[in-house]
Amino acid sequence: MKKINIVEYVGAFAENKDKARALRLQEIVPALEQGQDVVLDFNGVDAATQSFIHALISEILRQYGSDILERITFKSCVPAVRKMIEIVVEYTQEGMTD
Amino acid sequence: MKIHIPNSVWLGNINPFLASFDPSDPDSLDLTVNEKWFSVHPVVLAMIASVGVNVDASRIRCAKLEAKSRYYLQRMGLFHALKIDGGMDDITEHEPAGRFIPLTQIHTADDLSSFVANMIPLLHLPAEHAKTIGYIMSELGRNVIEHARTSEGAFLCAQYYQKSNTIRIGIADTGIGIKEAISQSHSVSTDAEAIRLALTPGITGVTSREGGNDVNAGAGLFFIKSIAQANRDFFILYSGSTLYKLLKRTSSSRLRLFADPFKDRHSLQTDLPYWQGTMVGIDINLDDTKEFILLLDAIHEVYIKAIQERKKARYKKAKFV
Repeated sequence: MKKINIVEYVGAFAENKDKARALRLQEIVPALEQGQDVVLDFNGVDAATQSFIHALISEILRQYGSDILERITFKSCVPAVRKMIEIVVEYTQEGMTD
Repeated sequence: MKIHIPNSVWLGNINPFLASFDPSDPDSLDLTVNEKWFSVHPVVLAMIASVGVNVDASRIRCAKLEAKSRYYLQRMGLFHALKIDGGMDDITEHEPAGRFIPLTQIHTADDLSSFVANMIPLLHLPAEHAKTIGYIMSELGRNVIEHARTSEGAFLCAQYYQKSNTIRIGIADTGIGIKEAISQSHSVSTDAEAIRLALTPGITGVTSREGGNDVNAGAGLFFIKSIAQANRDFFILYSGSTLYKLLKRTSSSRLRLFADPFKDRHSLQTDLPYWQGTMVGIDINLDDTKEFILLLDAIHEVYIKAIQERKKARYKKAKFV
């Protein structure tokens, strides 16, 4: 299992989507490709923009399908971050079911 | 170019000010102000800085300013942005904490991240308010970096008004504008149509695909408009010759978010002087700031419904004879 501490990459306000994209491509996707489950630990992250969460996870859902969510765990999310993740996960899946 | 600052420009009364903007002769800037006093929204300063930054300082003419006005423009960083001497060498600048964020030019995502990180402590806001303001600044700045295609980036500034307990935020760029950005993936013939799409969740200029691409969802402006809507505040978007203005909700009206910005209580003026780029202004009254999580619940509901409705609109219909 691979654990990624988001705060170490982006600080308490997760807004830089270049960093989100880099995290996805350099850390999350390789771990998934190797068959590892991934824990995205948001401990210490006070807020996140929709843009950041979108750049972090939406393409993973599109690429691997919704079942990939069984291999990704979102840990220690404050309510606003949790809600943002739920929004992005839901609209991405809505957009996938064309 | 000619810009005249009258004594009062806020989002509610900004139309005459924009109508008076003369964009001809972009190599010079003639800036005049009300002789006695003026009081303006930060978006006005962002606008002046963004058009003036490319004008040679020798071709910027600034009217003689009354001392208080000159001091204000100096503190907000306008003379610095325009690279002109405001004649204020003798003043002592105080630390701006708790009052304003001077004009700041943003070119890159890293510029934006450090700006947002440094800005939040300056405003001395409670955590919940700081999150909202940081969110707005970040998403607006990011839009320019990604879509405006201008080497000059964006100018942002903000000010806290104690009497009304309101943060007013302005951002302006002189990039390709919303119509050209949206036209890359959608068919639009007017600035108003482009603004409508830009404010609709799930639509972006970078792809025609529902929900955007791997890094663009087409939701940033919708979120920001929704924050203004939830807080009963003004929000303006000016690009090309069109100004979209989200009007204040009355205190008794129930919060209702719409995916289609033309269903919100708004005004639209389509015959303004051409603004090559995009300007956004927003007011956030801190008395009314809804808890961010409640706002996200409302956004969630509207966003998903909008996607479902667009999908439904593409369904093939049964034929009957």
